[in-house]
Amino acid sequence: MEKIGVYVCHCGTNIAGVVDVQEVAEWAASRLKVRGVVIARDYKFMCSSLGQELIEKDIKELGLTRVVVAACSPHLHENTFRTACKRAGLNPYLCELVSIREQVSWVHTDKDVATAKAMQVVSGGVERVNHQVPLEPMKVSIHPDTLVVGGGIAGIQAALEIADAGYKVYLVEREPSIGGHMAQFDKTFPTLDCAACILTPKMVSVGTHPNIELLTWSEVEKVDGYVGNFTATIRKRARYVKTDLCTGCGICWEKCPKKVVDDVFEAGMGTRKAVYTPFAQAVPKYPVIDRPNCTYFLKGTCKACEKFCPTNAIDFTQEDELITVEVGNIILATGYDTFDAKRIAQYGYGRLPNVITSVEFERLCNAAGPTNGEILLKDGKTKPKAVGIVHCVGSRDKHYNEYCSVICCMQGLKFAHLVHERTGAEVYNFYIDMRTPFKGYEEFYQRVLEEGTHFIRGKVAEVNNAARNKDEEGKLIVQVEDTLVGVQMRIPLDMVILSVALEPRHDAKDTAKRFGLSCSADGWFIEKHPKLDPVATMTEGILIAGCVQGPKDIPATVAQGAAAAARALGKIQAKEIALEPFRASVDETKCSGCRICNDLCPFNAILFHEDRMVTEINAALCQGCGTCVAACPAGAISGTGFSNEQVLAQIEGLLLLNVDKNAVPA
Amino acid sequence: MNNNNTFEPVIIGFTCNWCSYRAADLAGTSRTKYSPNVRLIRLMCSGRLDPTFVFKALANGADGVMITGCHPGECHYLEQNYKAMRRFHLMRRTLQGLGVEPARIKLVWASAAEGAKFAHEVTSFVEEIRALGPLNWGAGENGHKAELKSTPQEALA
Repeated sequence: MEKIGVYVCHCGTNIAGVVDVQEVAEWAASRLKVRGVVIARDYKFMCSSLGQELIEKDIKELGLTRVVVAACSPHLHENTFRTACKRAGLNPYLCELVSIREQVSWVHTDKDVATAKAMQVVSGGVERVNHQVPLEPMKVSIHPDTLVVGGGIAGIQAALEIADAGYKVYLVEREPSIGGHMAQFDKTFPTLDCAACILTPKMVSVGTHPNIELLTWSEVEKVDGYVGNFTATIRKRARYVKTDLCTGCGICWEKCPKKVVDDVFEAGMGTRKAVYTPFAQAVPKYPVIDRPNCTYFLKGTCKACEKFCPTNAIDFTQEDELITVEVGNIILATGYDTFDAKRIAQYGYGRLPNVITSVEFERLCNAAGPTNGEILLKDGKTKPKAVGIVHCVGSRDKHYNEYCSVICCMQGLKFAHLVHERTGAEVYNFYIDMRTPFKGYEEFYQRVLEEGTHFIRGKVAEVNNAARNKDEEGKLIVQVEDTLVGVQMRIPLDMVILSVALEPRHDAKDTAKRFGLSCSADGWFIEKHPKLDPVATMTEGILIAGCVQGPKDIPATVAQGAAAAARALGKIQAKEIALEPFRASVDETKCSGCRICNDLCPFNAILFHEDRMVTEINAALCQGCGTCVAACPAGAISGTGFSNEQVLAQIEGLLLLNVDKNAVPA
Repeated sequence: MNNNNTFEPVIIGFTCNWCSYRAADLAGTSRTKYSPNVRLIRLMCSGRLDPTFVFKALANGADGVMITGCHPGECHYLEQNYKAMRRFHLMRRTLQGLGVEPARIKLVWASAAEGAKFAHEVTSFVEEIRALGPLNWGAGENGHKAELKSTPQEALA
């Protein structure tokens, strides 16, 4: 019989506060003695080094052959205890971690009931571990190339870190140029660095880096494989421009007769041509032809760009290209969308011309924007005399998004400073709470306060143009309660800027599905651990960086980009990775060749030998889901780690069929 | 277990490693309370669920079995939860054929973000089974099994 050690953790008071851990240990020692339990202990923190040493000592001194730890979720500390067992010379897969914290003490309140349930859970673990077999992790090699999806600042940072370390990166961006949202901004808070001045050098480095293959105007369509060995299929959309001939001289977009409102880069504030690069410093410099708007594609005539191109680089016959790349790691940095302010009808966006969004204001005050950086009303000539900035539009609001979008307070302060500096107008910030953590932010808030910006604490009820007196005529009126004074106010303004929420990309769910990730209820991608592992995901080899994980400012985004790169580099340098050895295998002597399992595997790991009429499973392709194991009518397929014997025994254990009813507690 | 007069159902719950087990974890970390009648077994995927597991649990003292997995289209193994769904309907028909209420098994999709949903589903399933009453599978025919019905409480006494 196996010699089993049971270790019950107090987790401080997290478990011990609800579960009588000592009783659980004593119960296991007496009632489960017949099942092989030779020692059962409880300890304050099993995961501490002293706790781990306790287990290691027992393995060595008592000759334990199996270990059951009753503590937190296996997703937190399974590895910790497996490693401890390994140090003591026990195969790590002979250790079972059962959860009595997440599944017992944190979700139940009655002490007796919780203690009883903890005993059942321990009993199930003891039975399961009895049928566990020693396993060795599977080693797979790591392809040294990396795929970075999204060419905003997060993706740029990640790509540069990896490329600078000497490894190849494929950077995929769906717009014609990299740069992302940051390229749209004028200044960055709190230092008021010009966004373009700090971003464009990085973009140029990406464009010229020998280790970076830049794929703009492209999207990842399909991802196959697993950590270390992904195959990504990328659609390179037709640019209708031969990039090997194009010099980026710009004659084509000068000559193009078709003007199009630019909804992406200029946020609808400016126009571009049908052949275009989104902005002057675009990387790569080659334009694209916007097929749905191009006169030639619409009417069959024009070709002005082709006629004037000095290098004959225009090619209307180009077609989308599908390319496949082999990579070891994937970093997703697909960023965010902004909240559609029209959804809050009472703020008048889309109805009142001088109500604009924060993104539109970024373009308005950008020196390269539609007004060359002059802050003007919609008429294109009047400078505003009073400007209001409404915070939390679509954030911190049960009707839209409950979360805080993080950047709006600082963005509002930055806007206040810029309006003040460039127009001398009166500026009003309408806020719910001012949140200015992080380096230099609070100081910036103080500076803007001293500049004379008005701060009104209250959620704006309405923005309208219905004047009640002479002062309000021709103005936008903001109706708000100043909650610090308890007074209703009507403030006449010339321009209202709505600080719109950051939202997950409209297609975030599809992206998550394509890469095998999950989204939180809000739609942000879920990280492996919210505190300790913010850039890894549950899918090994796929990392996330930047706003795709949740709203964040530029410094945090850059930090995550670099962190994701470091994680990928770590794997690349290790050259191989150990995977959980949970795989299905076929006992050929039992296989009847019925082929029921053959169509069940989505990873094509099952192959059938016609000559011998037996099925075989390719361990390298098998992902260990166990669907074929459950399907085999002959019981010929077994799955390591989750075998029939283990699960059936665990059921018996959980139902307490195994306990020694005659044993007397010690 | 709180009160000797009310029937406390015994529920075995199967979770997949990627979504529903993490939903259970999230219910824990967010301290969402639910009925203590459920005892969970982690599988790698709901597709691993061999119908034998369900029948074994019901035959050996469980009053209900809850099967959980990733939402359709969100399976970590692409589409194996659909296979669990097919088996689920097959198992319901089998149970009906055996004279057992098909409502004793329940299929729940819960993503890693749905801790609250997981907790709610457990609690409502416990109430559904409580309304159905004890399964009393094999009582009278097989003394061994009949005795088992009371073991959880007895063994802990």
